[in-house]
Amino acid sequence: MSAAAGAVRARRRRKRLRRAGWNAIALAVFAAMVFPVYWMVATAFKSDDEIVGLTPTWLPEHPTLAHFRAAVEKPFFWTDVKNSLIVVSVTVAVSIVLAFLAAVALAKYRFTGRKLFVVLVIGIQMLPQTALIIPLYVVLARYRQVNALSGVVLTYMTFVLPFSVWTLRGFIIGIPKELEEAAMVDGSTRLGAFVKILLPLVAPGLVATSVFAFIQSWNEYIFARVLLNDQAKQTVTVWLSYFYGTSRHIDWGALMAGSTLTAIPVVIFFLLVQRRIAFGLTAGAVRG
Amino acid sequence: MLGSRLTPDAAIAGARPGPRRRVSRARVARGATPYLLLLPVAVAIGAILGYPLVDLVRLSFQRYGLFELIRHSGSWVGVANYSSVLRDGVFWHTLLRTVVFTAANVGLTMVLGTLLALLLVRVSAWARVVLTAGLVLVWSMPVVVAVQVWYWMTNFQNGVVNYVLTSLGVGDFFQHDWYATTFSQLALVTTLIVWGALPFVAITVYAALAQVPHELVEAAQIDGAGPLRVFRDVTVPVLRPVLLILTSLSIIWDFGVFTQPYLLIGQSKITPGNYLMGIYLFEEGYFRGDYGRGAAIAILMLLIVAALSVVYVRRMARMGEEAT
Repeated sequence: MSAAAGAVRARRRRKRLRRAGWNAIALAVFAAMVFPVYWMVATAFKSDDEIVGLTPTWLPEHPTLAHFRAAVEKPFFWTDVKNSLIVVSVTVAVSIVLAFLAAVALAKYRFTGRKLFVVLVIGIQMLPQTALIIPLYVVLARYRQVNALSGVVLTYMTFVLPFSVWTLRGFIIGIPKELEEAAMVDGSTRLGAFVKILLPLVAPGLVATSVFAFIQSWNEYIFARVLLNDQAKQTVTVWLSYFYGTSRHIDWGALMAGSTLTAIPVVIFFLLVQRRIAFGLTAGAVRG
Repeated sequence: MLGSRLTPDAAIAGARPGPRRRVSRARVARGATPYLLLLPVAVAIGAILGYPLVDLVRLSFQRYGLFELIRHSGSWVGVANYSSVLRDGVFWHTLLRTVVFTAANVGLTMVLGTLLALLLVRVSAWARVVLTAGLVLVWSMPVVVAVQVWYWMTNFQNGVVNYVLTSLGVGDFFQHDWYATTFSQLALVTTLIVWGALPFVAITVYAALAQVPHELVEAAQIDGAGPLRVFRDVTVPVLRPVLLILTSLSIIWDFGVFTQPYLLIGQSKITPGNYLMGIYLFEEGYFRGDYGRGAAIAILMLLIVAALSVVYVRRMARMGEEAT
């Protein structure tokens, strides 16, 4: 009997050892993956001496905000942040309203052509963006939408709209039918059932989808690069991509400070909704 | 207005009895409602995507340069754009390079992503939280920001990568220039792309792993199956649909990738000798203002991507049938 207990204990210990090994690997992977992000933030706070030294310091020894000041004082930073905010908010607001209507249709009705529409929505998301720059540029030039924020909004809707339709559909499908029916049995009208039951239940999905659409649009580079030539009209990703221009001497500290500032809104928003969106994406993929 | 037409599926199935007259009127409303709801999105997509895509086909058969862009109309040249592209040695070299590049990127992303997901299953809860948080942080990094960080880390004068590799004893990387050869440029771009894509793949596969039935794994183990056998015969079949979607998406993204190679290699160092398909299209179509030829390249690119995904989808589908 004691021999059996010993064997169990030995097996448990082996199991614990193996788990400790996996944990160690996980920590190493974590360090390797996160290092570039850490290095960006650390560099942004370092003094110039530390940055250009041949032996890197792992922590900022004399933390300074000078690089952040230099980055925001660069020409067009605040203008381009404002441009990004305008483009992103208009894109998201218009897309979410339109997409929500379509998502209700796809999730709550059966009708001829439904499958075709679903295939279309998925198919569009599989178009490589680079293949679209030429026709979008030419068509927008025809309507004088080149070098205009409104033109950029239209190009951003090409990827935000299908994505939002698909994700919102996943959220709406997830609402139990019985809840709506119960609301109607209780004497509510259909409008009442919609406002009282569906909307509150979908609200988290609406928020999550909007935030994710915000991130996608904020991060977008190629359409903005192609459409906007005027520095005063560019978005913040284009601003960052032109940061060092053609000069040989690169102000690494300011570049990393600018990068940190560009990433901050996205990181905060992403951390808030990631769980929900990952669920929505996989739910859509599995149920599709 | 919208809500009054909202009808649950149960009512569509006719489960709710009611006066005939009202039912028929309701049926008409029901029939029209989903189409009315879809109308705005359909119109928008038609205008911002359908119209440009039709125009893309048209442009590819026209001479359409800067002059035509101002005049808003091109002149028909038949298949001249296509034959010019297909006779261009640069196109074929770029295609080959892009296929190899895509295979390497997608392969690395999928294998490492799946390994990461399996790692997430095996670690303790606290380690899982830590690693997942790190992955989500990486996932959230804007591509343009990541490019700048990569550029700084691999800078030949005092990039931290050279320092770390030298101090680890991998070799002498003092002032090593990673941007000197095409291979090393594209290898750098690969590390950037794989790094950025890993979180999405790992977290998605990890979520799918939760659907692998425990009883099945235990039954296989009792029958004497080793971990590799369990993975191949129990885990992979459950993961197959998710792996299929992720692989197809990765192929599409990596084949047309633009931002990472364009910004990391840097426009001044981009030459026909290191083009990838997306950059070839951008440089020869947009940048040179030869939109007709660019349109032909775009159409060829769409066809290739479609072919790549179709082959893959069909093979996976066949494998799925054999497995059952």
